[in-house]
Amino acid sequence: MDSLLRGEELCLAQLFLQSGSAYDCISELGELGLVEFRDLNPSVNAFQRKHVNEIKNCEEMERILGYLLREIKKADISLPERDVNPVAPLPKHVMAIMEQLQRLEVELGEVTRNKEKLQKNLLELREYTHMLRITHSFVQRTSEREPLHVQYEEFPFLEKDTVMDYSSMQRLGAKLGFISGLIQRAKIEAFERMLWRVCKGYTILSYAEVDEYLEDPETGEPSKSIVFLISYWGEQIGQKVLLVCFVNFLMKASESVYTWVIQVKKIKAIYYILNLCSLDVTNKCLIAEVWCPVNDIANLRRALEEGSRKSGATVPSFVNRIPTSDTPPSLIRTNKFTSGFQGIVDAYGVGNYREVNPAPFTIITFPFLFAVMFGDLGHGLIMALFAFWMVLYENNRKLKNTRNEIWNTFFEGRYIILMMGLFSIYTGLIYNDCFSKSLNIFGSGWSVKAMFTAEMTDDLSGNRFLTLDPNVTGVFKGPYPLGIDPIWNLATNRLTFLNSYKMKMSVIIGIIHMSFGVILSTYNHLHFRKKHNLYLVFLPELLFLLCLFGYLVFMIFYKWLVFSAKDSREAPSILIHFINMFLMQGDGVPPLYPGQTGLQIFLVVIAVLSVPVLLLGKPIYLNWLHNGSQRLGMYRGYERVRRNSEEELYLMRANDMEEGSSHSDLSSSGDHEAEEFDFADEFLHQAIHTIEYCLGCVSNTASYLRLWALSLAHAQLSDVLWAMVMRVGLRMDTRLGVLFLVPVFSLFAVLTVSILLVMEGLSAFLHALRLHWVEFQNKFYSGTGVKFSPFSFSLLPSSFEHDGLL
Amino acid sequence: MPSLLFCGPKMAACGIVISLWGVIMLAMLGIFFTSKSAVLIEDVPFTEDDIRNDKNPPQNVYALYNQVGINCFIAAAIYVAVGAVSLCQVRLNKRQEYMVT
Repeated sequence: MDSLLRGEELCLAQLFLQSGSAYDCISELGELGLVEFRDLNPSVNAFQRKHVNEIKNCEEMERILGYLLREIKKADISLPERDVNPVAPLPKHVMAIMEQLQRLEVELGEVTRNKEKLQKNLLELREYTHMLRITHSFVQRTSEREPLHVQYEEFPFLEKDTVMDYSSMQRLGAKLGFISGLIQRAKIEAFERMLWRVCKGYTILSYAEVDEYLEDPETGEPSKSIVFLISYWGEQIGQKVLLVCFVNFLMKASESVYTWVIQVKKIKAIYYILNLCSLDVTNKCLIAEVWCPVNDIANLRRALEEGSRKSGATVPSFVNRIPTSDTPPSLIRTNKFTSGFQGIVDAYGVGNYREVNPAPFTIITFPFLFAVMFGDLGHGLIMALFAFWMVLYENNRKLKNTRNEIWNTFFEGRYIILMMGLFSIYTGLIYNDCFSKSLNIFGSGWSVKAMFTAEMTDDLSGNRFLTLDPNVTGVFKGPYPLGIDPIWNLATNRLTFLNSYKMKMSVIIGIIHMSFGVILSTYNHLHFRKKHNLYLVFLPELLFLLCLFGYLVFMIFYKWLVFSAKDSREAPSILIHFINMFLMQGDGVPPLYPGQTGLQIFLVVIAVLSVPVLLLGKPIYLNWLHNGSQRLGMYRGYERVRRNSEEELYLMRANDMEEGSSHSDLSSSGDHEAEEFDFADEFLHQAIHTIEYCLGCVSNTASYLRLWALSLAHAQLSDVLWAMVMRVGLRMDTRLGVLFLVPVFSLFAVLTVSILLVMEGLSAFLHALRLHWVEFQNKFYSGTGVKFSPFSFSLLPSSFEHDGLL
Repeated sequence: MPSLLFCGPKMAACGIVISLWGVIMLAMLGIFFTSKSAVLIEDVPFTEDDIRNDKNPPQNVYALYNQVGINCFIAAAIYVAVGAVSLCQVRLNKRQEYMVT
């Protein structure tokens, strides 16, 4: 599967679309999301394009839909969650949708005005209530027995449960009002119930069924409708009834508004793409230029046939592949697992067309480097369980569609977090660190008793520490099978030992990672057919790196293997030897192995010689290539020489083909100018690369020491948290101490998650990312490409979702 | 009957997670303390006195180890109760959600 390593091969294709079937073909392509359209009318601005009126219509429809959605959201009606995906309607149906929306808008405006009047009245009536209650208390003190209900005559309140008898109703002089309408038979009962609840029986609803079957506008099926008549008296009841009808109306609108939103989005997108196409000379046919993956040309043909068939066109639309010297955009197909890692590589820069993609290697190295810095079994377990929960519930709609940015970031990276957690469990086992305590699984390799019996003096009570000397028999029984021995958890010189180990480990991992990056650049050199790069760039780079720092790694391993506890007093300092190697002095210290000075001088000479080869080799070779032979045919494939010289060459070649002249007839004077300019530019470029690489080798190696630094910080934070929180709870030896342990543990858990998992996790994530982006990728990756963005309806953003309306 | 619900859905979920973690971790700590693990020596509340004036040498410290271990087990049991309460809260929250919508 070449795609993940390098990206897919893309080609430029021309689509010839018949005018009648252009809309349907593009609709098909939009559903499939295969190709990326190129703008064939770049000089035309947005208002001069062909389909500007249709797009204006679409925007008008979107405005009305936005208004509808806002009203629906205000009325707190929840939209039905459906997974509908309606296809784009034909142009002739677009006007019908537009009319429907305009009618809805007018109705909604009327009903909204009535609703506002109702609310205003309600407010007035409430004020009257308060006024009356308060003035009543004034009146009651003065007057004797006046029947109270007389004052309430003119202001009947429906909130009170007073029974109004027939006589007072007549005195009200309220008007009798009517509202009539049409409703579907299925909804009449719910409507009646809602009316009863709201108006408390002060309305009379009479209804009768319509005899003929009317067509339901949305579903198109014939259904029974019912005509209703609501009789009421009193202004407020009328307005309450209107409110009920309003809510019913909105609910009906809300069912279809979701479909309309998607349809309008698709129509607008299709017209936008139609604007990018150009008409051919006969004016009968639209031409579109697309970037299409070579493997998908068959699917593209099928889609065009489908579109032609749907629109009933007699002449089919077809596709034609055309050669081009433009660099296509980069397409890398990912699945749900690899997309996260590809995303973090793309955040640095999208790769050039068919350049080696660091993402497949990042899938393993990134969680590994994270885990080296995180290194705790307990924390890794919690992180892995959290990620596992997210992965198990990844199809849960509520988790997928929350608006919370931070949660979305974590959810998108759930596979990355799962890998990080699993690798942290492994490094936690190696560092033997679980919530800052070591696990003694296999039995320690050190024996305190043997040291104790070996000590001849009895006066141990004066010493605070017992030093376990591995040279004494019986004290050190052998290395611990997996990881660091648990006895180090009790030792006071634990950090001295671990620091030395972790620093050396960081340097070793760093050199391996960087060498791997340099080796990956050979893939690029071979693919783009620049074999000279292999000898003039890759070889000197590799030699420089390995002769100096590879030798350092060798010395580390040599010291670990050759020197043991017996000669620990005479063990050499690798740092001194490394410095002496550069100063070419070797007399002060005894050699590590026979022939060391000779070998070191040889390595330094090779490293120093590789620098001028790296600096001058490539420019001189290219210069000789230009001057030595006149043939321009050397340039094949996608060269990475300066852009405009490439264009010049292409034009010259095109010129040649048109005029039919051979290459050698071209005057070489023009060439010379281009080449000299070329040489200076190439030399500068190479000089910068050389300096960056050589200095970078030193600084990047030191940069990997952050692996040691962060793992030390994590271990110490973990230790401090245990000592200051858990220990306080555990050391309680009173009766109530056990109850104290319960909140202490919760505090420990909360602090572990917030400080050690979230803060340290983010920190280690960031540093591992930096190590990848800078130290690893600048050995081979340029990342200046453009991403392939296909025309696909599912990828189009919706402005309503952005406003939180959907 | 007043509602037994006193915390929201997120708080109840946190309660369940912390209780589960508490039960597992405190139970394991209890096991390690009762098997007198050397790595946990700093967490045992012994004094100089316990070490010097001991009739039969490690038994005082061992007794303290056992005590801390039993403390851990009791705390784990309390967390089982807390977990059960949180589970009830989660169920009540779900039921309330059904009733409202």
